[in-house]
Amino acid sequence: MFDSSAPREKPITIAILAMGGQGGGVLTDWIVAVAEANGWYAQSTSVPGVAQRTGATLYYIEMLPPKDGHAPVLALMPTPGDVDVVIAAELMEAGRSILRGLATPDRTLLITSTHRAYAVAEKEKPGESIADPQAVNAAASTAVRRLIAFDMEKAARQAGTVISAPLLGALAGAGALPFPRESFEAVIGAGGKGVEASLKGFSEGFARAASNELPEAQIKPPPRIAALPETLGSGELDKRLARLRALPVEAHGVALAGLKRCIDFQDMAYGDAYLARLEGLFAQDMKQAGASKGFAFTATAAKYLANAMAYDDVIGVADRKTRATRFARIASEMKAGDDPLYMTEFMHPRAEEMVSLLPAGWGRRVSASPRWMARIDRLVNRGRHVETATLRGFLQLYLVSGLRRFRRKLLRHENEMRHLEDWLGLAVRTLPENYDLARAILAARRLVKGYSDTHARGLSKFDRVMSAVPLLLARDDGGQWMDRLISAALKDEDGSALDGALKTVRAL
Amino acid sequence: MAERSFAREVEDLRLGEGQEFRGEGILAITKALLQSGVSYVGGYQGSPISHLMDVLADASDYMAELGVHFESSASEATAAAMLSASVMYPIRGAVTWKSTAGTNVASDALSNLSSGGVNGGAVIIIGEDYGEGSSIMQERSHAFAMKSQIWLMDPRPDLPTMVHTVEKAFELSEASNTPVMVEVRIRGCHVHGRFTAKDNRKPSYTLKQALENPVRDVNRIVLPPASFIHEKMKIEKRWPAAVNFVKEQKLNEFFGPETGEVGIICQGGMYNGVIRALQQLGLSDAYGSTRVPLYVLNVTYPLVDDEINTFCAGKTAVVVVEEGQPEFIEQALNTMLRRRDLNTRVSGKDVFPMAGEYTATVMQKGLLGFFEKHAPRLLGNRPPLPDASPVLNSKEVQALASVVPPRPPGFCTGCPERPIFAAMKLVEKELGPHHVSADIGCHLFSILPPFNIGATTMGYCLGPAAASASNVKAEKRVISVMGDGGFWHNGLNSSVGNAVFNKHDGVMLIVDNYYSSATGGQDILSSRAENTKRATNNSIVDAVKGVGAKWVRQIDRTYDVVKMRDTLREALTTDEPGPKIIVASSECMLNKQRRVKPMMDKAEKVGEPVLRQRFGVDEDICTGDHACIRLSGCPSLSVKHLDDPLRDDPVASIDNSCVACGNCGDVADAAVLCPSFYRADVLRNPSGWERFKSRVRRAVISFLQRSREKRRIMFDRAAA
Repeated sequence: MFDSSAPREKPITIAILAMGGQGGGVLTDWIVAVAEANGWYAQSTSVPGVAQRTGATLYYIEMLPPKDGHAPVLALMPTPGDVDVVIAAELMEAGRSILRGLATPDRTLLITSTHRAYAVAEKEKPGESIADPQAVNAAASTAVRRLIAFDMEKAARQAGTVISAPLLGALAGAGALPFPRESFEAVIGAGGKGVEASLKGFSEGFARAASNELPEAQIKPPPRIAALPETLGSGELDKRLARLRALPVEAHGVALAGLKRCIDFQDMAYGDAYLARLEGLFAQDMKQAGASKGFAFTATAAKYLANAMAYDDVIGVADRKTRATRFARIASEMKAGDDPLYMTEFMHPRAEEMVSLLPAGWGRRVSASPRWMARIDRLVNRGRHVETATLRGFLQLYLVSGLRRFRRKLLRHENEMRHLEDWLGLAVRTLPENYDLARAILAARRLVKGYSDTHARGLSKFDRVMSAVPLLLARDDGGQWMDRLISAALKDEDGSALDGALKTVRAL
Repeated sequence: MAERSFAREVEDLRLGEGQEFRGEGILAITKALLQSGVSYVGGYQGSPISHLMDVLADASDYMAELGVHFESSASEATAAAMLSASVMYPIRGAVTWKSTAGTNVASDALSNLSSGGVNGGAVIIIGEDYGEGSSIMQERSHAFAMKSQIWLMDPRPDLPTMVHTVEKAFELSEASNTPVMVEVRIRGCHVHGRFTAKDNRKPSYTLKQALENPVRDVNRIVLPPASFIHEKMKIEKRWPAAVNFVKEQKLNEFFGPETGEVGIICQGGMYNGVIRALQQLGLSDAYGSTRVPLYVLNVTYPLVDDEINTFCAGKTAVVVVEEGQPEFIEQALNTMLRRRDLNTRVSGKDVFPMAGEYTATVMQKGLLGFFEKHAPRLLGNRPPLPDASPVLNSKEVQALASVVPPRPPGFCTGCPERPIFAAMKLVEKELGPHHVSADIGCHLFSILPPFNIGATTMGYCLGPAAASASNVKAEKRVISVMGDGGFWHNGLNSSVGNAVFNKHDGVMLIVDNYYSSATGGQDILSSRAENTKRATNNSIVDAVKGVGAKWVRQIDRTYDVVKMRDTLREALTTDEPGPKIIVASSECMLNKQRRVKPMMDKAEKVGEPVLRQRFGVDEDICTGDHACIRLSGCPSLSVKHLDDPLRDDPVASIDNSCVACGNCGDVADAAVLCPSFYRADVLRNPSGWERFKSRVRRAVISFLQRSREKRRIMFDRAAA
């Protein structure tokens, strides 16, 4: 803690980075009020402009006591390398503060929340495109003197307040300002609205002012590689569990999830079909000395085979929409209690979806006739807002989900199985020639996802990626190239990144 | 009704003699207007001066008490023309706007006003929207002052000086019969500080008196021969009067030692930055005691020859700290010194950059460069300067640069403009891309991801006007966008009237969100709120039909993406001649929430039935393609990683900030995306009948669910 009576040569400087709507202005006002209550001069500025509409905003505070009755001359913007405290209300904003030169290792205390609010650029990509928090951690390690980092958004939520309260608490708890805790609390108390919750959030921030949880920050939680359980709770299931144990340990966790997915999707027999296929693929893997490759082929197959077999169809959607667990989950999220709860689903069936529910032979004939397809499309193609919590809406979806019994005879299933056989066939044929490429062929199944147009687009990307297989067959790094094609395909919607990557592959 | 309440700030306006005002710079300026006995205030809202307008709008009762007329002008041109009340009568008036955008619009009236001159003090508060945080082209208002002979004040950005400057601006205006601009930069407007207040003054001569005792003087009207006399008057009478006033009143300030080897001449607005840089160079303390003579121009136009010559005499060199370009002051200084044959070297843009904001680092480097060139001994043992470059050059921070995503402003959660652009995106998929002429307003965020719609902006309310050349037979039509704010600013004439008159074949989209939203949610002519002080509820559709538009479609709920898309498609393909005008109306969500949320909370508390709504995503149905996000960009629609070993990509997820605007569901339907979205409605305080119905439903549904569960093995996916 500073000695507040000692004369100071330079003002204390504080930069606050927040997103529009996060309450950076409130935090700024609090800090200014604390300084003024202690007899200091404090000046704050900001450049909100249009940035207050969800953009990144910088607030800047300087404070210094008067000298011989003279007010200090305070600057209106930070000098890079001359900032004592940087407060970031979101993790990537902390990164931005470092990039702006606001943090330096000789003096800067960085207080940041570790939570993420993803920017549009991160969430609009068809695949995974989240910024790496460890890049911020690495930069912070060289750029700041001291770091306070924890999930203040969560702390605020738990206290029933907004993030400015724990941020102020962390600032007070850090002892970076020569003012006592009470004067911070008094300023919050003077606010008049939501005081109790704010004080609770403040205390939480104050108590955790020694935490630095940034080194643990990750894009997503590490995958759970669960060992197989002793039992699945029934003799029937445990028989399947025993078959899983015969698979390589690398595939155990995923294969169990796959088995459950397939049983849940259809029935026990379908789960058996999954196991049988997987065992067949494992046998191929053994033949190619898969052990030396960590049985990557089998482990990859366990995942994508399950996704391919438990494809996303109308029946499955209706099934999941009508489950009791879903009703319970939504009721709890909405804190519905005993109050009436309604749900509206936004469905838009087209002729393709309706025809996919026809028996395969009949369906094939109908979908071959553009006239019939157009006729059906006119009949069904419109947005349908289904109210699942009313009897009428529930029964509609309940009946559709009841078609599950006939699923294996329907057109969609036939199409899916044909696609699956072609894909697995290609992988198995490739296996003896190029192990890693065969693994990557299995992994390309990731591209097939979504419904209607999205699904069609995914299939087309999948086909384009597959078109590179003959070109890569003879290459040792063929699998790596395949992986690159897959991630290129997930970079944008129209597949232009993929086209570029394919061009490169053709030029190899 | 603005997006926030200024009730507390209104109280600050009432502070009397000796009381301390603490608050924002622009509000201190507002208070200064009242302390100066202003009779009328007008202006056009915009960053950074919106709060001046907002607080006066909220203070209407007090304004009436003081006898001050306040109005929100239709445009900056209207506001500038309003100052005409001070031409013949000894009435003080003030107007305000964002500059240079607003000054451009106002310049016709400003030229006329300054030509004829004024009798009462006429002051223009200019929010100089330059540098970081600015939303407009980077130009200087200084040029307007020079071309029209309007005086330009640029006070040091501390509250006492700003307030004093405004008070003196009225006197300067009266002493020289010339309008005066007071320029405040973005940070100066938003700076928090304090000053000792004075009592507010009622106007000494009122508008009522003026109306009842009309005066006219043909020599004040801009027509030959008077206009030629005006020009001479400007130079021969008004200019010297202004220079004398500035000198006598000591409006410009001198700091530091009286003599010195070198000196600094700076705009008032640059003062704090100069002192900070001097402090870092070891040449000043934190309280402004500088070792280098400093001449601070709180009036940057006209310059005071005598003061400048006295300051420069005996110095080997001076540096002009003047932000922006061209370097008008530096040029004028050179002329002045040459005329007097003073050989003081003039430095400025040789050590400072010609273009761009004078940030702390620029200031430091510029002054350091000046001292190194002209007075290196002053720098002494050179204390180390704050420097972030070692950090910025480290490999860890360099690596970070490609990681941190840009975060530009965008549509708020629930914004009614989002579905409009989602619909445009869908039409684009069907009919191919079109040339889109954009405009100023929140809707301009469409140019950014995820929408990437809009090719040009030519200024406020000129979106459709900017499409006027694109009126030839072609396979595609031009689409232009304009907001309701722009529409009433001058769009009805410049854009709509022009298109009707010239039989323009394009599509015009008027985004009507009931407010001037981008500037803080002020009411405008077509606002739907009942405003006792303004005439609202004037229909845009009636207005465009009034100027002769034939093909006009009104959409009352922009969230209806299907209707929006179909209407756009129709507009782009119909054979009807003339402009195809779509008025898309839904209330700005920021303002709606401010209005509706407290009402709903109160209703729920007193036991009235209230429907609480939110959207959600079934994460076991979402496949993580994010097509919905590419048609939305809503802050509450994000992505989430699942703890499911079978999944690779994060799924869509809606957080608690969702306001159930309906965009997600309608987009999923219109774009035939996927069935993952749902809306959940909870009825709080239901009636007995509602509760009974709900129980019956629940019982039947849960029976059916249980009977199915009994027949099969189910695994919840999230727990897989």
